[in-house]
Amino acid sequence: MRIEGIPASAGYAEGPLFDLDRPPAVYAGKATSAEEKTALEVAIGKAVSRLSAMVESVDSDAAGILEFHIAMLEDDALSGPAFAAIASGQTADAAWRQALDAEIAGYEASDQDYFRARATDLRDIRDQVLRALTEDGGSTAPSGAILCGEDIAPTRFLETDWSHGGGIALKAGSTASHVAMLARSRGVPMVVGLREPLASLTGVVLLDAEHGSIVLAPSPAEIGSFRQSSSSFAARQGEARSFLARPAVTKTGTAVRVQVNIADPSDVDAIAIATCDGVGLMRTEFLFGKTLPDEETQFRAYRKVLEWAGDKPVTIRTVDAGGDKPVPCFTVEEGNPFLGLRGIRLSLARLDIFRQQIRALLRAAPHGNLRVMFPMIAVAEEYERAAALFAEEQAALAARGVAHKMPPLGIMVEVPSVAIAPEAFAGVAFFSVGSNDLTQYVMAAARDNAAVAHLNSVRHPAVLRLIGSVVAFGRENGIPVSLCGDAGGDPDAIPALLAAGLRDLSVAPAQLAMAKAAIADVSV
Amino acid sequence: MSAAAEATVLITHDVGLHARPSVKFTKLAKSFAAEVEIALAANGPWFDAKSIVKVMAAKAPKGTVLHIRASGDGADDAVRALIDLVQRDFDEDAGHVRSA
Repeated sequence: MRIEGIPASAGYAEGPLFDLDRPPAVYAGKATSAEEKTALEVAIGKAVSRLSAMVESVDSDAAGILEFHIAMLEDDALSGPAFAAIASGQTADAAWRQALDAEIAGYEASDQDYFRARATDLRDIRDQVLRALTEDGGSTAPSGAILCGEDIAPTRFLETDWSHGGGIALKAGSTASHVAMLARSRGVPMVVGLREPLASLTGVVLLDAEHGSIVLAPSPAEIGSFRQSSSSFAARQGEARSFLARPAVTKTGTAVRVQVNIADPSDVDAIAIATCDGVGLMRTEFLFGKTLPDEETQFRAYRKVLEWAGDKPVTIRTVDAGGDKPVPCFTVEEGNPFLGLRGIRLSLARLDIFRQQIRALLRAAPHGNLRVMFPMIAVAEEYERAAALFAEEQAALAARGVAHKMPPLGIMVEVPSVAIAPEAFAGVAFFSVGSNDLTQYVMAAARDNAAVAHLNSVRHPAVLRLIGSVVAFGRENGIPVSLCGDAGGDPDAIPALLAAGLRDLSVAPAQLAMAKAAIADVSV
Repeated sequence: MSAAAEATVLITHDVGLHARPSVKFTKLAKSFAAEVEIALAANGPWFDAKSIVKVMAAKAPKGTVLHIRASGDGADDAVRALIDLVQRDFDEDAGHVRSA
């Protein structure tokens, strides 16, 4: 039986299923309160030493989380209520659970998003000690297992030994989660958003995290074709790695620029700048994820990426919230959000927030080679209003004597009106084709609706013809044209994109090597 | 010799006295013999600055004026060092817009 999901970290894994959500083993009560007290002390000690061992092998972001867990566990104020309950006759597991649940409730009641989010950490801390208490040997996944469940805690990912393979398959989860980022950087195959529950959690399963599926109780034929895909993926990856360090060139010697798409400023920590031609798209929605970021937070995020890139261009897109990316206190609820108040439309409706982002961008510009682009432009007036706001904020910064620089301003080509009649935009500094949205609008097929996914193809002649005409318009008018949608990193789409005239693609960092390898195979 | 000291400082860190800064704050507090407490208002309630559970429970967001007081050996030094840590933004790397 095959269950479809969304690939979060490409790769293949074959192994036994391990149920992340299995109830922990039953705690065996002790004879006396003194023994219960000792049991809890030992369990907390074990949890601390496991975490301390993990701190050694992780990056600084992950270490920060683990050190916080350790500090909480070592604080008597956390365990005090549990020990008091034990003294009055409670078992260690019930006492710990009640004490931590009370603490968790306190965090959940906070009116600040940040503190409310810490409830997840407290739950993680609670469960680490409960696992140590029950000494549930079975809570450790066998090596090479496929970890399945609703979601997975970061510590669970970090404490798992991935050196013998294995993978992750989640019902919930997100490709943008912390674990998904860790999985991509470690090359651990991961699929999220499985559409059906995993009925039988036994036996060997096949995880295809390149396309996004898991096969339960596979037939010999399914195993055979899975292993073929798996070794072909490994071969492609091995071959692709040799392309990573080199500039991208087609079979016939045409140079193609390959940049990366990033979301979180920390994404660049895992990328060698020498392997790409810059940042073709830095999304800023991530910064706007839970709360609206202030100017300083944005400035630091932009400066970090600009300094990392050095002389190479960094194209930052002003916030593209709305559509399928709601932001509390910013976006509005709409019946048809993809056709509603999103991208530049929302920014121009919320000038206080837009001006703040503009100031942060102007101030960050002197720290590198910045370009700024606006999403969802449909008519020239939107670009002109946005450019005028840049000029106003620049004048204000100059008057205050604040260091700044005006970056080149370009637009995304994703609304068909722009692709069909680009002549209204002859004054912009550059075009960047957003193939995901352009495709969904040309084909009238929502990109988040699996039922119409077959229509959502960038390779449809209508979409390719529009891209080709934008490229031609750009050439005639000296306006650079690039593409920053998912299609840029899709080996199947790359030949058609190059044939349409594109010579500048921006891809997910994980697709960099594969994209360069695919380019080398094209004759243009 | 016994002493007492008290001072206030504005929290400028993006999300306040949160997980990672709290770890640093309580570690530093614990390095002093003096009893150290924090509060969000001059009249309390006061929280033990050496307990991360209590410091987190204070839920001090950005823009909070933090009151710090100490009594006992090295009270002055303790308050000065903790004020300094908050003013240095907990030595957080500028790149950390994503917080632990």
